[in-house]
Amino acid sequence: MTSPAALEVVDIHKRYGEHEVLRGIDLTAHDGDVISIIGSSGSGKSTLLRCLNLLEQPSRGEIRLRGEKLDLREDRHGDLHAVDRKQLERMRARIGFVFQSFNLWPHLNIVDNVTLAPMRVLGLDRRSAVEQAEALLARVGLADKRNAYPGNLSGGQQQRVAIARTLAMSPEVILFDEPTSALDPELVNEVLGVMRSLADEGRTMLIVTHEMRFARDVSSQVMFLHQGRVEEPGPPSEVFTSPRSERCREFLASHL
Amino acid sequence: MELHGFGHLLLAGTWVTLQLAFTSLVFGLLLGLVGAAAALSPIGPLRWAAVGYNTLMRGIPELLLVLIIYFGATHVIEWMTGAYVDIGAFTAGVIALSIAFGAYATEVFRSAMLEIPKGQREAAMALGMSRWDSFRYITLPQLWRLALPGLGNLFLVLLKDTALVSIIGLDDLMRQAYVAAGFTKLPFTFYMAAAMIYLLLTIVSMQVIQLLERWANRGYRGARA
Repeated sequence: MTSPAALEVVDIHKRYGEHEVLRGIDLTAHDGDVISIIGSSGSGKSTLLRCLNLLEQPSRGEIRLRGEKLDLREDRHGDLHAVDRKQLERMRARIGFVFQSFNLWPHLNIVDNVTLAPMRVLGLDRRSAVEQAEALLARVGLADKRNAYPGNLSGGQQQRVAIARTLAMSPEVILFDEPTSALDPELVNEVLGVMRSLADEGRTMLIVTHEMRFARDVSSQVMFLHQGRVEEPGPPSEVFTSPRSERCREFLASHL
Repeated sequence: MELHGFGHLLLAGTWVTLQLAFTSLVFGLLLGLVGAAAALSPIGPLRWAAVGYNTLMRGIPELLLVLIIYFGATHVIEWMTGAYVDIGAFTAGVIALSIAFGAYATEVFRSAMLEIPKGQREAAMALGMSRWDSFRYITLPQLWRLALPGLGNLFLVLLKDTALVSIIGLDDLMRQAYVAAGFTKLPFTFYMAAAMIYLLLTIVSMQVIQLLERWANRGYRGARA
């Protein structure tokens, strides 16, 4: 028997009033999968990612983490909320999320940014949390910044800290929501380099990105989204070199 | 300045004024935090209660509030418990000044909370932190930094509003000056002395507030610790 997929979502819908942003998306991430989600802005990529850990409320659909289904309940606006807040928090702790705008906490120094969640959520004692944080900061090349505050770092450095903060929770899946879109061009590569090393060590990752070359190099699967639907799924060798859909072809032509 | 032996009275009054100001500050801050949380709550009735509290307390002169609470609280307690309890000038003063301070502090805290970008709470959520932990470790510590300038101002106002409580007979600095002035027939001397003391308290408070602000802003000034 094969073990259940790391993350499986079925038929995710999201509507804002009359406007339907996601129209039924299925997605399965097995261990070690690196799935890139591409598409023009407004195609629902980021919304999809944010629905997976309920930063955004989906309108319909199922989310399973390692076979465990997240219990959802509909509110009167038709949005789905977690029935059990504790279950949601447990699942979020196992799903990493890296934001476009980093979202580091400006009042905490870098080490405290990385250690807070492991201490509060996983119950790590300070000493092991700090030890872990230092190892992770070294890994993203920022060991010397441990006492700096986010405001003193460049965007690329902040995003690398944010990745370290996520790794500190030892997530089973990591979601990247356009992690390099807010960066100056010369800072993009340092972040992509860290992500590449994560992919190389077999992390399970979902990446919403506009970096097509990167997506082609690291992904095991690519999903091209258009108007809230998966227009073209497939291995990067196919999607990037011989896309079947006209829209995907057009999109790639303007982005490669 | 010759105080004709009334100096110790003024000092005793100063001590009462300080106790009144700081006690009201503590309760007022708590009320302000609760008020701001209610004002931003997704629950309708809580929001309405916050708006009602705010409007009512900011719409009544504080002197009137002091009088209403001093004379009214006894009636309310008697009506609720049947017992006649005299709440005393100090307690009445603390209640009146706290709820007035709290109403203004609600606004200060509310706008401070809105100043913290939503992404910071989302980051906490995405890491599996509870709402309480997110409030305790992300919102609250930044709230002080953002609210301090506004709260500092409110405290300076509060410090001088304590003088209103002298009207219900609390032996604060204001009343002691009044008593001494009446006894010695030297009103200018004693009111000037009281004014100097209020001024001194204000200057010291401003220094402390400035220190607190500097402390709260560490890490925001490009200092690599």
